[in-house]
Amino acid sequence: MTDTNIASKAAPVRFEGVSKVFGKDVVAVDNIDLHVEAGKLATLLGPSGCGKTTTLRMIAGLEMASSGRIVIGDRDVTKLPATDRDVSMVFQSYALFPHMSVLENVMYGLTFSGFDKGEARSRALNGLELVGLKGFDNRLPSELSGGQQQRVAVARALVLEPQVLLFDEPLSNLDAKLRRQVREDIRSIQQDLGLTVVYVTHDQEEALAVSDEIVVMRNAAIAQIGTPRQLYDAPIDRFVADFIGEANLIDCKIVEVDGDQATIEIEGHRHCLLSRDLPVGPATLAVRPSRILIGSETGIPARVAKATYVGVRMEYTLTGAFGQVFAVQDDVDDPLQPGTDVKMAFADRGPVLLPEG
Amino acid sequence: MIFWIIIGWVGYCLLPWYMVEGGLWSFEWLFSGYPFDEDFAPALFLTAQGEKLWLVPLLIPLALPLLVLGKPKSDPIYAKILILAGALGFGWLIAQGFGIGIRGFNFDWLKALFGEPKIRQFGMGYGAMLCASAFLFLLTQGIAARGAVNGDVFVVSAIGGVITIVTAFVFFPIANMLFSAFVTEKGAYSVFVFASKFFDDRLWGLGCFWGAKCGAAWNSLFLAILVGLITTVLGLCFALVVTRSGFRFKRGMRALTVLPIITPPFVIGLALILLFGLSGSVTVFFADLFGVQPTRWLYGMPGVLIAQTLAFTPIAFLVLIGVVEGVSPSMEEAAQTLRANRWQTFRTVSLPLMRPGLANAFLLGFIESMADFGNPLVLGGNFDVLSTEIFFAIVGAQYDQGRAAVLAMVLLFFTLSAFYAQRAWLGKKSYTTVSGKGDAGVHPLMPNGLAIPVVAIATIWALFTAVVYGMIIYGSVVELWGVNNTLTFKHYVTAFSVRFEEEGIRWTGAAWDSFWTTISIAAIAAPLTAAVGLVTAYLLTRQNFAGKNAFEFGTMLSFAIPGTVIGVSYILAFNVPPIEITGTGVILVVSFIFRNMPVGVRAGIASMSQLDRSLDESSLTLGANSWQTFRRVILPLLKPAILAALVYSFVRAMTAISAVIFLVSAEYDMATSYIIGRVENNDYGLAIAYSTTLIFVMLAAVGLLQFLVGRVQIGRRTQIGAERTT
Repeated sequence: MTDTNIASKAAPVRFEGVSKVFGKDVVAVDNIDLHVEAGKLATLLGPSGCGKTTTLRMIAGLEMASSGRIVIGDRDVTKLPATDRDVSMVFQSYALFPHMSVLENVMYGLTFSGFDKGEARSRALNGLELVGLKGFDNRLPSELSGGQQQRVAVARALVLEPQVLLFDEPLSNLDAKLRRQVREDIRSIQQDLGLTVVYVTHDQEEALAVSDEIVVMRNAAIAQIGTPRQLYDAPIDRFVADFIGEANLIDCKIVEVDGDQATIEIEGHRHCLLSRDLPVGPATLAVRPSRILIGSETGIPARVAKATYVGVRMEYTLTGAFGQVFAVQDDVDDPLQPGTDVKMAFADRGPVLLPEG
Repeated sequence: MIFWIIIGWVGYCLLPWYMVEGGLWSFEWLFSGYPFDEDFAPALFLTAQGEKLWLVPLLIPLALPLLVLGKPKSDPIYAKILILAGALGFGWLIAQGFGIGIRGFNFDWLKALFGEPKIRQFGMGYGAMLCASAFLFLLTQGIAARGAVNGDVFVVSAIGGVITIVTAFVFFPIANMLFSAFVTEKGAYSVFVFASKFFDDRLWGLGCFWGAKCGAAWNSLFLAILVGLITTVLGLCFALVVTRSGFRFKRGMRALTVLPIITPPFVIGLALILLFGLSGSVTVFFADLFGVQPTRWLYGMPGVLIAQTLAFTPIAFLVLIGVVEGVSPSMEEAAQTLRANRWQTFRTVSLPLMRPGLANAFLLGFIESMADFGNPLVLGGNFDVLSTEIFFAIVGAQYDQGRAAVLAMVLLFFTLSAFYAQRAWLGKKSYTTVSGKGDAGVHPLMPNGLAIPVVAIATIWALFTAVVYGMIIYGSVVELWGVNNTLTFKHYVTAFSVRFEEEGIRWTGAAWDSFWTTISIAAIAAPLTAAVGLVTAYLLTRQNFAGKNAFEFGTMLSFAIPGTVIGVSYILAFNVPPIEITGTGVILVVSFIFRNMPVGVRAGIASMSQLDRSLDESSLTLGANSWQTFRRVILPLLKPAILAALVYSFVRAMTAISAVIFLVSAEYDMATSYIIGRVENNDYGLAIAYSTTLIFVMLAAVGLLQFLVGRVQIGRRTQIGAERTT
């Protein structure tokens, strides 16, 4: 895969106080600052309507920022239309031109980039080979499967050697099995060629799998930026904790803070963890389902409400005075029966404190 | 099944077998000699009295189904008997219908076989129609029982019904007409007759290249190609302005799309006469200004061309606006991110993707121009085109059916070739967006170099159209155009005066007769058109059966057949038994149904393909049969489509002229043919006043539709709702 002549001109992308207002008062993106390093894959993640696609389209130049500055490489592109930016995009619907063959589709951008016909053709063939579609050049897009169309769209964007490559929910029209494959392909092409990629998705698992950096967005603003690990292990608030992976959010009380360690109390059960600069008082504990321990000597009294066998593990729903939590256990040989009263505790690593909310 | 057996017996034993005088709605026959009088008697009484003995064999297929009454459907005998009974009965009915006409046997070999008995019969009446439908549906039930289309009785019956009526009212008259082109004056068949009429100089002459007259065929062809091209370009300009520009008066331009629907076809010609005719305002103005003699330049090719362009540009606009909006925005955005500038994007992506729309718009303009009858009649002067030539061949002093048929064949050949040319040009390439999902985004604006001329052209043409329509209204209240320009309501009074008397309102105006006839015929035709159209659409979108493509082609065919051709073929075919309806209101209704059916079919297909098939399937699995599903699930969801089909066919029936002019009679005169009659008498004031009234009546009908459709809300996902409003 590496012996191709597609080079990378990867450049960083920077947003400085960028806002986008549709009409008079619909704020789609509200004053965001963002920096994507050259050669990295950054994901814009969030629920629908959070402004992630608008942000992507502003990088592409398909939407113009209402205020702020957008810089790609060392060029201020805020006022440049899509045509004049060195950016290409893979659309959610692929947007392959149905009246052109696969090769014509891939050559399309090259012919407007000053290459002569022969050069454009050989570059396009190269791009098709890179995405594993050698020999498909004379087909029409309508004669390809969904996954193949997707790869043509990627090739079409890649061959331009853009400074930034954009993906708008590229996997959403594919079936579940193909998704893993395509997302791995995209990631390996990105890493092999050292491309700067900005990737939009609403699927947190997809984001965790492909990203160097994830930008979680909510209500037109950025909720948190970090590596997949940071976001999963140390979410900044309830929204991020709940959106990235599943998290049980339990009300607790910080009874003592000692340096960076805090002690919390839930129904008499005490647990020690990082304080994250929270003061003594009420707070929220976020615990991943796998970090809940069931059946220890001490802990919070709870009752098994549901027990589900899913093959690799057991899934339990526990209820108690704290409400309801969802837990998974690797022990499938001696499952707990629904109705059993148990004690619930937390693993030493994993649970994080969040502000009360 | 029992229902159709009863219907069959009722038709045979109780109702008059033959067409009764006074039309379908008169029940006089009940009191004058029924059931024994020969004219009104049911078949049973006829045969019992020893008359029309060839109806006796029908008793066999009528009796046959009684044998299987108690049998279960799965019994192979059941299906066989029903098919046998249906086929026998239907076949015999048709055979005797065509075999024996008013003057006895229709074919010489029958005469030879049976001698020349004194037998004759008239057109089919109630009894015969009921019997025919009973046999038809017994046949389809038998076919369904054998397992065709999953043994679905409703679907098989619907297919059978549609095929039968389309054959009877589209294929039969056309075929009949084609044959009559070969008939000599003595009634024999001859190829030479056809050839002599076909190679007539009036048809194919090329005199116009050296100063003489060209043949009507060439005239029509040149005119249609020009009109097709110009309307397509203008329509594209309008569509681009409305969807791809920041132009301020876009909404006003959109209103243009309503115009062709509500305008009787020749009204534009009239307005052009008021403007550019010998005493038209513009002509007189320039004549005074430059001191030149006013000329009759308008009458002929230029006038017809301008009138047709004005009339059909909105149709092209209507077609193209959907297509231009239908180009997926992400295609154009993709092109932009691939470094194509706006002009390159437009040229390499937008325009090619609009190709099917452009082809369609051209085809429509071409066919409409070919079929247009009103404008050439009003403005043609010495410029002969096929549609008017056909008319004069039938109604003129020459009365030459064969010539009319030949002309109609040439016309039909042109329109059908255009159909094929369109298919060929589009080729196998795909123009539809590959995936319909995730098409957010907006259409880019046109590049400036394109936008300025396009907006200019569209604005000028829109203003011209507005002036022309203004002229229509103004012209209707002027005493005598160009001679006495005082304002008056005289024409309206002549046409639509009413007197209130003791016994009620008396409609004394000259136009009332044709006005009410038009309204009632249109009102009868509209629901029937909608019904036939929707059932056909249901079959085409929801069912799979052998020969579906041919079925679709057949139902759309009547759209490609110009109205004049339909008109000629109807009077030729339905002047004689077994279907003898010339001169009645029925023939008008029937012609409207089959002229406008494609509209209903298209409307139905468009909205049915938006309804998820799983709706039907869930209804079927819940125990409903397909008729109940159609009735309870599909129909309620199709209310907007039904309303649209209803109003559209109503309005089209009111504005139609080309087919109607052949089919009207003294008793059933339609508004449009009445107006044409006024125009031929140079009574422009009345004609324009009447046209104006029609425009407003139809505007009201369309407005009512919009109001009703606006209120019919169907719970659907909002995304689809959004798509439908754009």
